[in-house]
Amino acid sequence: MSAAPGSQSFDPQEFGTVGAASACPACVAAPSAERLAQMAQPQHARLMFSLPAVHCAACISTVENAVQALPGVQSARVNLTLRRVSVEADADVTAPDLIRVMQGVGYEAHELDPGLLSATETDKQGRDLLMRLGVAFFSMMNVMLLSVAVWSGAEAATRDLFHWISAAIAIPTVIFAGQPFFKSAWAGLKVGRLGMDFPISLALVLASSISLYETIHSGHHAYFDAAVMLSFFLLLGRYLDHRTRAVARSAAEELAALEVPRATVLVEGAEVVRAITEVVAGDLVRVRPGGRMPVDGVVESGTSEVDRSLLTGESLPVFAGPGSSVSAGEVNLTGPLTLRVTAAGKDSSLHRMADLVAVAESARTKYTTLAERAASWYSPLVHLLSFSAFGFWMWKTGGDLRFAINISAAVLIITCPCALGLAVPAVVTSASGRLFRKGLLIKHGTALERLAQVDTVVFDKTGTLTMGAPEATNLADHPRPAVEVAAALAMASSHPLATALAEAARAAGIHPARVEELREVPGYGIEGLWKGQRVRLGRADWCGGEGVAMTATYLCTGEGRARAFTFTDRLRPGAEAAIASLKAQGMALRLISGDSAGAVAALAARVGVADWTAGALPAEKAALVRDLTAAGHRVLMVGDGLNDTAALAGAHVSISPASALDAARTASDIVLLGQDMAPIGDALRISRQATRRIVENFGLSAGYNVIAVPLALVGMATPLAAALAMSLSSITVSLNALRLK
Amino acid sequence: MEILSFLIPISLILGGIGLAAFVWAIRTKQFDDPAGDANRILTKDWDDHPRP
Repeated sequence: MSAAPGSQSFDPQEFGTVGAASACPACVAAPSAERLAQMAQPQHARLMFSLPAVHCAACISTVENAVQALPGVQSARVNLTLRRVSVEADADVTAPDLIRVMQGVGYEAHELDPGLLSATETDKQGRDLLMRLGVAFFSMMNVMLLSVAVWSGAEAATRDLFHWISAAIAIPTVIFAGQPFFKSAWAGLKVGRLGMDFPISLALVLASSISLYETIHSGHHAYFDAAVMLSFFLLLGRYLDHRTRAVARSAAEELAALEVPRATVLVEGAEVVRAITEVVAGDLVRVRPGGRMPVDGVVESGTSEVDRSLLTGESLPVFAGPGSSVSAGEVNLTGPLTLRVTAAGKDSSLHRMADLVAVAESARTKYTTLAERAASWYSPLVHLLSFSAFGFWMWKTGGDLRFAINISAAVLIITCPCALGLAVPAVVTSASGRLFRKGLLIKHGTALERLAQVDTVVFDKTGTLTMGAPEATNLADHPRPAVEVAAALAMASSHPLATALAEAARAAGIHPARVEELREVPGYGIEGLWKGQRVRLGRADWCGGEGVAMTATYLCTGEGRARAFTFTDRLRPGAEAAIASLKAQGMALRLISGDSAGAVAALAARVGVADWTAGALPAEKAALVRDLTAAGHRVLMVGDGLNDTAALAGAHVSISPASALDAARTASDIVLLGQDMAPIGDALRISRQATRRIVENFGLSAGYNVIAVPLALVGMATPLAAALAMSLSSITVSLNALRLK
Repeated sequence: MEILSFLIPISLILGGIGLAAFVWAIRTKQFDDPAGDANRILTKDWDDHPRP
């Protein structure tokens, strides 16, 4: 799965201390001892890694051989389809070791949490469906061969023999392959609902039993071929549907599994890496610069700045020192922090937010799909037609039960939603496959249809339209010596503003000045000595200057006022293209952000969105979406932060980038896998096209019915006509689905 | 028409063999990594001696 984990904010430092690489050299020297140890200690660990770059035969053996060469590794197997490798190894082989080995042979690897990859259950379902599909195909082919002989004029004993053989093949097949439909029809019946599966089941049962009856009484017409063909085509639709969902589920699981929840806990002064579930309130947790806060807590020691853009949308980092509280999900920027845990795991603010999302999600399942709406009037109609045909012919023939049942079975078979069952899955499979190649993952089954109805798009700013990575804007406004000093200071820090400044200076061809005694003061900035003078680059209050209303860092050299180096957030690639394409499609666009008015106004002007709101709280975002919905608009929300989750869950349909927090990704229906935002415009177009194809497919199958049902009602539908109508309509709807561009 | 008593069982048995092969392939999880299996056949790692 090309889930583009490269775009994930991934930090190897979070894995903490690295265990000894070759754990037990003596074991290798004494293989018998190693084997004894293996038998004595059977609990070896199974580790999973995502390998986004693996693509060829040589890659497989390179990775497998490199990993297997590591002592303590029992086996490694690459799955090229899923782009994963699963490694069986002793408990003392750690993930960072393996990641280093794979990186050593040129493959970027990310650890996955195997607990979250519950692929086995859906796998079993898929295999089960595939098995039934295979059996139905085998029967269909054999029964069809025998039926062709009957259609072309086999008579008397030969016809009976062929019917008996067909019955022997078809009846067990219908019982085995029809089970998914029988079960679902029964489950619907118990709650008093007639879904699409009830007429399907009825048609299967009625067709098989009437054919068996006809065969026993050496009748002319048997519908065994229709019964197995029906189960084959419907199972095909079912399987396509299942596969689309399985692909989406496994990719979404992979995104979630990429964040292996671990924390570095201080136990009696020593650092121990623990799973987040084992961290309890009161523990001391250490967070390195660049790491994400694993828990909610209060800073015990250390000073730094934290980036809370994912939680609040503010692009300006916030100071954190002893006593200030931090929440899970914030990113520590400059200095190491030691936290006293106040809440971890399920109790942390991040998880509480995720629970809110779960509530909002259940509201969304109320959406009725086109297929459900079609079924709700189609299904009663089918029954009505079939029973009125039965009643009419009973009256007309003066009580010929056999003839009347024959007619009503023929009506059921002809009207059976064979094409309907295939019409929607074929289009959805084709459309989601196309969108997946463009880098959009459709997580929710009905998302595609809902996307097609959108007329208003609401964007979040930080992390969605922008990358959350700053870009220096006013280097040219400052005298060259000042920039040279600033560049020299900036190079000494890994703070995002400093890195951006250093990069901009390098790009402008500016050589850093000679600054000595460089020292980073976590939480404040960098200071050093330049020509005997103390110079500082950092926060405004530390520098003795006054802050400006934009994201900025300040330089003070002792002479004159502090100079402000301002930054804007870097635009996400494709953001401008996406907005232009949405505008061209006639969408109303809005921008709502938790950031300051200055930053939001600048960005809104840059991308060309006239309607913007700044300083919005999470509740205000959700309220905006609710108001728009109440005013009759269908809202598409695009956002990534925790402050967007309520709005994402409340919108008609929602999109979030892969770099978003887990909670936001869970709340949204569609995930943008790459960094590029341009596919959003295409997605809307494709979704509208897909909905049109679904409606066309309904129309096509209705057309076949309009021709074939009258024939069936007057008793002219032979098994040959039923088989022709069924296969022709199935083929046309599949071809129509493939027309999607 | 006696030929039918040979032909029908033969065709059914042949079809049945295909079905059995399909069932076996599903049971042994051969559809888990189609892209990988297609590529693995090209590696030369175990050409000279079988995988231990």
